[in-house]
Amino acid sequence: MHAIVDSLAMIGISYVMGFLFYGFYRQFNARVQRRWGPSLWQNFFDNMKFLLKTETLTHGPMFFLGPMIIAAGAITTVLFVPFLKDSDWLQGFSEHGNLILIIYLLVVGPLGNALAVGSSGNPFGVMGVTRGLTRLMGLEVPFFLGLALVMLQHETTSVHAIMAAQDGLAQWNLFTNPIAFIVILLPFIASQNASPFDVVGAPVEVYAGPRVEFGGRLLGLLMTQNMMMTVAKLVLVVDLFMGGAGNVPILILKAFSLFLLTASISLVFPRLKTEQTVDFFWKVPLGLGVLGVIATVWLPWGA
Amino acid sequence: MYHKSECEGFQCEQRMLEESLGQENAQTGLVDRLVGWLRQRSLFVLAYGTGCGAIEMRPLMTSRFDAERFGIIGAPTPRQADVLVISGYLALKTLKRVIRSYEQMQEPKYVIALGSCAINGGMYWDSYNTIKQLDHYLPVDMYINGCMPRPEALIEGFAALQKKIGRGEPSGFKRYRENIDWYKANQRRVLGENMPPDYTYDWYHAGGVA
Ligand code: SF4
Repeated sequence: MHAIVDSLAMIGISYVMGFLFYGFYRQFNARVQRRWGPSLWQNFFDNMKFLLKTETLTHGPMFFLGPMIIAAGAITTVLFVPFLKDSDWLQGFSEHGNLILIIYLLVVGPLGNALAVGSSGNPFGVMGVTRGLTRLMGLEVPFFLGLALVMLQHETTSVHAIMAAQDGLAQWNLFTNPIAFIVILLPFIASQNASPFDVVGAPVEVYAGPRVEFGGRLLGLLMTQNMMMTVAKLVLVVDLFMGGAGNVPILILKAFSLFLLTASISLVFPRLKTEQTVDFFWKVPLGLGVLGVIATVWLPWGA
Repeated sequence: MYHKSECEGFQCEQRMLEESLGQENAQTGLVDRLVGWLRQRSLFVLAYGTGCGAIEMRPLMTSRFDAERFGIIGAPTPRQADVLVISGYLALKTLKRVIRSYEQMQEPKYVIALGSCAINGGMYWDSYNTIKQLDHYLPVDMYINGCMPRPEALIEGFAALQKKIGRGEPSGFKRYRENIDWYKANQRRVLGENMPPDYTYDWYHAGGVA
């Protein structure tokens, strides 16, 4: 009973935080461009509208199963990320999982996407997926290296233990291990599909890329899972680098400040080409990550 | 002065089409209105730049007039769009593409026609290769007149459409479904052999069930 209520609460919280954050992002974006922008609720309205539309497309069973796989991956990820520290609530199944499992779950989305888009046969969709997988090649390596750095530092794969090790502000991994934070932050922006790494879904180049064939309910589902996934990733980074959160307001505050950071970065940098993205990832975050590994493992002041 | 308020001849076809929808207006229930209220806040626009009116869509969408504050933003593909904007005169060649785009959109979908060219032919009235009345080929929900309408007029037109959606009224796509024979006959009359492929409206052959 507790598990069911808890899971539903986590799903609900991640959804609400997701659409409010994205609504904020759109308004922030608008203000930077000197216009008023939509309301905070706009993403909720967009999502509801898509969920209330009809879906008359048929591209074979895989086209329908793809979004289901992606959404299932997102919901599972949400349930395996502990939202709160030292609390019975908003834990989901996180004590049965660890960081390695979360790494695997993060790949479910792109996989389901490739399956669905491949069966739709739309050339723009395939182009988008190709770009996405190329970008994935660039961002996965530094991302996992950054996570490995954190695991090395604390010598555990449990998110709970890493959270527990960061008691005060001075123990936050953000300050004790800033290299890992930077190594993770850049791929994190890319995995949110935000500028400057948003070449995958470029609206006028490849017509929304992987989403080109989706309209109606399936697109609504994809939007929903995207918002939940973003929150799950934000909370994961908050857990790993900002010491987790004791209650929901603190959680929202921390996740929001992280979101503000990534949003400000993505507002001021224009889009990079696919090969520029991969180049960048293999030079800056990966180089930093390798330096970080050397510093943590071999140098005397490391752990 | 000769002033006629009644339609004459073929002009009455439109009213005949809309008559069947008139009675449904009365029975919009609570759920319809709630759904309509949610829908009205978010319109994804497929701006098909057919004629000169297309030039006014850009200031509407960008910082100067900022349609996004009403929840109106551009959609990259017809699949994701709710509103098809026909901005001006339609050549026969374009009509074919427009019909195909319209049929690829997911319901509920709406059509906004800009400018006098889409209403009655405008200054292209006696052109050999443009259509005169868009409403004979696609069900138009909202006309915005002018040659060309300014962004303020467009915003007003969009707002009127949003009000209409908010009331949960049945709209053009229902008219298209119910009178598909009439629309298809009209399209065939101008396009002849060049009709768009019929798999975009295959519910027509499935007896309206799909
Ligand atoms: S109504 Fe005027 S502006 Fe619009 S397409 Fe016709 S001629 Fe051009």
